[in-house]
Amino acid sequence: MDILVLVKHVPDTETRVKVAPGGTSLDLGEANFVVSPYDEYAVEAALQLKEKQGSATITVLTVGTDEAVKSIRQALAMGADKGVLCGDPSFEGSDAGGTARILAAAIKKAPFDIIFCGKHGVGDDNQQVGSLVAALLGIPAVTVVTSIDYSEAGLVRCHREVEGGVEVVKTPLPCVITCQKGLNEPRYPSLKGIMAAKKKEVVNYKAADLGIDPAQAGKAGAAFEIKGYELPPPRPEGRMLGGEVADQVNELLRLLHDEAKVI
Amino acid sequence: MKTLVFVEQRDGKVKKASLEALSVGRALCDATSGALAAVVLGQGVSAIAEVAGKYGAETMYIGDDAIFAAYSTDSYGLGVGKAAQVFGADVLLFSATAMGKDLAPRVAARLEIGLLSDVTSYAVENGGATYRRPVYSGKAYAAAAPKAGKSYAVTLRPNVFAATESPRPHQVIKLENAVAASDVKAVVESLLASKEGLLDVAEADIIVSGGRGMKGPENYKILEDLAKPLGGAVGASRAAVDAGWIGHEHQVGQTGKVVSPTLYIACGISGAIQHLAGMSTSKVIVAINKDPEAPIFKLATYGIVGDLFDVVPKMTEAVKALKARG
Repeated sequence: MDILVLVKHVPDTETRVKVAPGGTSLDLGEANFVVSPYDEYAVEAALQLKEKQGSATITVLTVGTDEAVKSIRQALAMGADKGVLCGDPSFEGSDAGGTARILAAAIKKAPFDIIFCGKHGVGDDNQQVGSLVAALLGIPAVTVVTSIDYSEAGLVRCHREVEGGVEVVKTPLPCVITCQKGLNEPRYPSLKGIMAAKKKEVVNYKAADLGIDPAQAGKAGAAFEIKGYELPPPRPEGRMLGGEVADQVNELLRLLHDEAKVI
Repeated sequence: MKTLVFVEQRDGKVKKASLEALSVGRALCDATSGALAAVVLGQGVSAIAEVAGKYGAETMYIGDDAIFAAYSTDSYGLGVGKAAQVFGADVLLFSATAMGKDLAPRVAARLEIGLLSDVTSYAVENGGATYRRPVYSGKAYAAAAPKAGKSYAVTLRPNVFAATESPRPHQVIKLENAVAASDVKAVVESLLASKEGLLDVAEADIIVSGGRGMKGPENYKILEDLAKPLGGAVGASRAAVDAGWIGHEHQVGQTGKVVSPTLYIACGISGAIQHLAGMSTSKVIVAINKDPEAPIFKLATYGIVGDLFDVVPKMTEAVKALKARG
């Protein structure tokens, strides 16, 4: 069985974001880059499926610079088998559509049975790539998945989170599954895993290898032009309520009811 | 701009977020001398044309068919794609609900157009629109404009835009045979409702949220007791979810849900940056925390330094008394 995992190399969630001079990019400071948290659930889902299957090959793919190989190595250290970096300079600044076209081209180079990725990449917060890749490959996607049942051959039955409940979705393989928190508990790489990951193969595909026209990727291929970034406006100064607890509560209720009019 | 809005319904009832999307569509069309259409898919949903007309749609594409009875990305993707093609849409609007976020990329890929996610505001100038959307869960906002002459799709964050009636005479166009049974691969077999009918944080106007200060799973009851008379939902910080005290579907923050309710009551939440990113656009924030230095107080509209186990039950009693007075 050939299992694919799509990951993204992103600033961790503790990162403080500033607008860079000029206003058209973000200054992430000394941000620590990691595998996007939801992608860790995807890696773990792939590892658990491999354990269930007995034998399978897990390939981890990403679009990014050489730096992004760190996220591939992290997944390899957790137990994935090989990596694919789509690392052409023309890919930089790709939007979700461009990223999906690049990934779909890389995916088509080898057979696959199931594809896992995070429900969204932390940062750009688009929640598009998994669905777009599925559409480009002509296969179904099940998004925001919190459990997967493989008990029937040739199909999966997933729980996906919706407002106020979960939908039970049945789909034939191959398909894309985008993973939500709650699906599993990602394992930590073992020391042995970290050592082994250093020796595992990571292929680097350039635009020409993937038949990607550079005009279709990067900023040139993006559907929207970023006009600028700004920070959210500061919130107005708040009010601390003093006195005994009973007074504080009465005053709070009065303010919420009469002043803010929210209850 | 010819604008098409996907109108989401469940059991024949239109989602409020779809009325918001129709209102945005109406405003975009008014600013650009455009035409507004809506598409609704389901079974026994023809009456929804009236609702869409009330909120400004001039043309309704209705796919009233057994194949649309249950949501499927495949069938709905084809249905919306067909409506967009028949109408000749320049702009497609979806709500960034669970369904909208699942459906919009499928439609965008089918039509080979770009998609901008989770938009929270827009401006129209010289006949073209610029959209603002949060990135890094709201730590910053990006302004983006579609490249000239290109059709595109947008998902709109629920609870941000007003739903405003703007009745228009409307024509109804039936979508016939948009989908064949063989096109549908992934199907929703059933919908399992979450326990005891508590609201989802993503849809709630009021959220009572607890963090590490809750000390254990058994104490979330006191937050539920306050949330119920307020008609609100119970939220949680990552610390509480990772400790296993409450399900992840309650988590608010950068790796949980991003919310902007009218009232957010943070109990025993210190305010880690990744939590603040998920709730800082709430209209009113109340913080209850023992530590006067907790970062949550910097965002709070009203703050109480105190023991939540003392404060929250007293609030519950006071809210019940207030509601009883009417």
